[in-house]
Amino acid sequence: MKASNGAWRERLLGRMPEHVAREVDIYETEIELRKQGKIEEKLFAETRLRRGVYGQRYDNGQRWDGEKTQQLGFPSATLTKGPSTVWDAPGMQRIKIPFGGLTTLQLEVLAELAEEYSDGIAHVTTRQDFQLHFVHIEDTPTLMRRLAAVGITTREACGNTVRNVTACPYAGVCRDEAFDVTPYARACAYFLLGHPDTQDFGRKFKVAFSGCEQHACGLVNLHDMGAVAVKRLENGKERRGFAFYVGGGLGAVPHSAKLFSEFLPEEELLPTAQAISRVFARMGEKKNRNRARLKFLVSDLGIEEFRRIVLEERAQLAPDPAWTDYLKKVDAVTETPLKLLAPLNSHSVPEGFERWLQTNVARQRQAGYAVATIALPLGDITSDQLRSLAGIARRHVNDTIRTTVEQNIVLRWVREADLQQLYLELKEIGLAEPGAGTIVDIVACPGTDTCKLGIASSRGLAAELRTRLAERNHELEQAVQNLHIKISGCFNSCGQHHISDLGFYGVSRHVGGHTVPHFQLVLGGQWAQNAGSYGLAICAIPAKRVPETVQRLTDRYLKDRERAESFQSFVKRIGKAEIKRMLEDLMRVPPHNEDPSFYSDWGDPREFTIGDMGVGECAGEVVSRVAFELAAAEREVFEAQVSLERGEYQQAGEKAYQAMLQAARAVVRMQYYDVPGEAETIVREFKARFYETQLFFDPFAGGKFGQFLFRAHERAAVSFTQESAHQRIEEAQLFVEAAYSCEARVSAAGSLPKASPPALQSRS
Amino acid sequence: MDLQQLNLKFFVEDPSGVDLALLPVIFNRWIKEKVAEELLIDVADYRHVFHGPGVVLIGHECNFSMDCGGGRLGLLYNRKSKMSGNDEERLQKVFKATLTACRRLELDPLWKDGLTFQGDEFQLIINDRLLAPNTDETLQKLQPTLLPFLARFYKGANLVVNRDENEKQRFSMAVRSDTTFSVEELLANLS
Ligand code: SF4
Repeated sequence: MKASNGAWRERLLGRMPEHVAREVDIYETEIELRKQGKIEEKLFAETRLRRGVYGQRYDNGQRWDGEKTQQLGFPSATLTKGPSTVWDAPGMQRIKIPFGGLTTLQLEVLAELAEEYSDGIAHVTTRQDFQLHFVHIEDTPTLMRRLAAVGITTREACGNTVRNVTACPYAGVCRDEAFDVTPYARACAYFLLGHPDTQDFGRKFKVAFSGCEQHACGLVNLHDMGAVAVKRLENGKERRGFAFYVGGGLGAVPHSAKLFSEFLPEEELLPTAQAISRVFARMGEKKNRNRARLKFLVSDLGIEEFRRIVLEERAQLAPDPAWTDYLKKVDAVTETPLKLLAPLNSHSVPEGFERWLQTNVARQRQAGYAVATIALPLGDITSDQLRSLAGIARRHVNDTIRTTVEQNIVLRWVREADLQQLYLELKEIGLAEPGAGTIVDIVACPGTDTCKLGIASSRGLAAELRTRLAERNHELEQAVQNLHIKISGCFNSCGQHHISDLGFYGVSRHVGGHTVPHFQLVLGGQWAQNAGSYGLAICAIPAKRVPETVQRLTDRYLKDRERAESFQSFVKRIGKAEIKRMLEDLMRVPPHNEDPSFYSDWGDPREFTIGDMGVGECAGEVVSRVAFELAAAEREVFEAQVSLERGEYQQAGEKAYQAMLQAARAVVRMQYYDVPGEAETIVREFKARFYETQLFFDPFAGGKFGQFLFRAHERAAVSFTQESAHQRIEEAQLFVEAAYSCEARVSAAGSLPKASPPALQSRS
Repeated sequence: MDLQQLNLKFFVEDPSGVDLALLPVIFNRWIKEKVAEELLIDVADYRHVFHGPGVVLIGHECNFSMDCGGGRLGLLYNRKSKMSGNDEERLQKVFKATLTACRRLELDPLWKDGLTFQGDEFQLIINDRLLAPNTDETLQKLQPTLLPFLARFYKGANLVVNRDENEKQRFSMAVRSDTTFSVEELLANLS
């Protein structure tokens, strides 16, 4: 696409590692072959994904304009870069930043790439990566070469691979850590990158490192593989190792990681990671993507059996010097301050500095130095800001810059005496906003802005909440300021909504012939303790009423909390039933003619709908009954949550199953109005009419949610633990959401309910 | 020289009265009504970042944005795909597309207090560090095409040309004429 692509190749020859140059050349050839139709589109899609080249919303060449779906007339309309993915449609480039570590030169190159190939914005993700949006596929090889020339790879940033290895941004300077996990995270990232044993996974594989158990920075609990630094005295000698976890993950149904080993000695870190990779590649699900993450394998086998298999695998591995070579260097100081200590200066304090100091600066373990957090709104930073930030960093620190999982950037090793000056310099480029890690520092996934799977506008909502909360920030009490808000555009949890005080994920509801953007409110999640526990959805709120919901919840928390009570404990004490009751009025959607604003999303003026409706009288009656029953199913899920909260796990699990049955019956009713209420019949009819016909299939998740029902039905008689009840509730929630979507799709397609006879028994 | 990846920005006369929240509405309408000859795809809203791209109308051949870069509000045209023709034809094309979009914005009924672009000043950037390094040499190479073009465009008015000499920036120059022009007049000068 860019005129200079060929010239860049020549220019950068010899300035990147030879094997990387070769890899990019191969990738460029693959692009050419795909253009000539010599590579099959599915294969090409996986090829580009493994290099971090992702699809983006509307890349199927269609876009809803508020009234109808428009065809986008891309020049190479018949050429695709994957199934239903038009060649010329803009895409996203993900850029891996292991443990978030960056140099000033890398910042400058990212700035250049954002303005030359993207739209002038670089986006920090919740896994410490960078993303550039609206990139043309033919520019990606050049982009990769320019990154490689400064030591950055995009390899395995997407696809069924080991994704970016994350770590606490405070590692090495934190006062609470057991030891600096940076060298281990780095070693693990590069050991697993391109390793033959990591090339045959059924799904992605995420790894995280943390320096301690109690803080959230590493979020170990929600990773496929997580390591928490631990020291142990053995025969009077201190040994380093890790509390080692496996099988965590968010996604539609979150799983907490299981403890694999209380103390995995440091020299066992890489061989164990390799053994796990081999077991995952060999035994992990390959056909059904929805059960292919490691969490399902661990859950199906049980942690004991999984551990046994991995240790057996480990014992058979041929020794590799790379397992321990790096250990010789871990104790060498990797970071140093740019400036020697100096007395604090006594200049007059700049306006706003105190507040920024309070929220954005943390003292390091090394006396006289601090970590300054640059809070990025929605994780976004402009090219100009990145470039200026590189200049500022050069004046104050060495290359000690990191991204964070809260979508921010930190400068480490800032001399405390320089903080005021740093603040002034950051202020000049609009990067001295206070409130890092507080309620205004909202985390949001890309949502409907660019993500193909987004249902509602997580970024639009985040921007709105941020503006409103920032206006009131100075008057917000500390207890409210300390809360976290995280927003995902759909159930897939990229915004990590499960682990925040106030979590939201996008859903939709069908109201009076229109589709209305909503967000499920998720409460009870825990950010601390490395994402210690996951919250559950309570109710769906119309998108336009979420700000009011936040206000009402925080006001109530301030009013009724007991001394120093955390938000999580407060939610638990007053109970979800009470919370739902106090939000009841906010859940209602006014009719379209009364307030059309409810029918479009935040930051997007287009009417949020899926097509013109043509609902007849008879159908209207049936649809309203279907809608009524879906609402009842949703209520039942909620009841299940209340039981869970009370510790009645058996009841919770059973109610969740009942909710699924109820929703399935509502769906079946669209074709078979008088479907009987026995579980067996509902499941059979549902399967024949809506699953096997794929009418229930989510456009992206396929039959995943239908499978939740079948599994719950098969295991209807099991006894529930807290964890299994929690999971069943998550599944029920998603099944009900899918039922709502199915109803909306079927109605929009004009496929009106028919009082047809029962499905043939043989199809069940 | 091979002029590609041109960016052109005309500034808004009185930015204080401009409600940027209207831009997503206007740009979505442009997509819906297919108002431009270029393929328009999507709208990206970056109002939350400081001195950023503001609201961007993403297209295939080019983006249009109500850009806040450098702290000055203006309409930025960002050519992405390769252009055919000679350098002068490319300049003509880019100026025409940018000014047509400016005029379309000026005429939009959504602005309660109107919106006017300053015709007597613009910023021209070449968005490719390799094709056009930010050096005097690039400026010299550009002049034989640019100067006659500008003489016609500004009807012989006196011009001041400043190149941004910050070596980290892309090749960028600010041009100011000593005579005022409306967008409509400039469009007429182009034809
Ligand atoms: S949570 Fe959903 S909308 Fe958000 S990035 Fe993930 S898949 Fe996309």
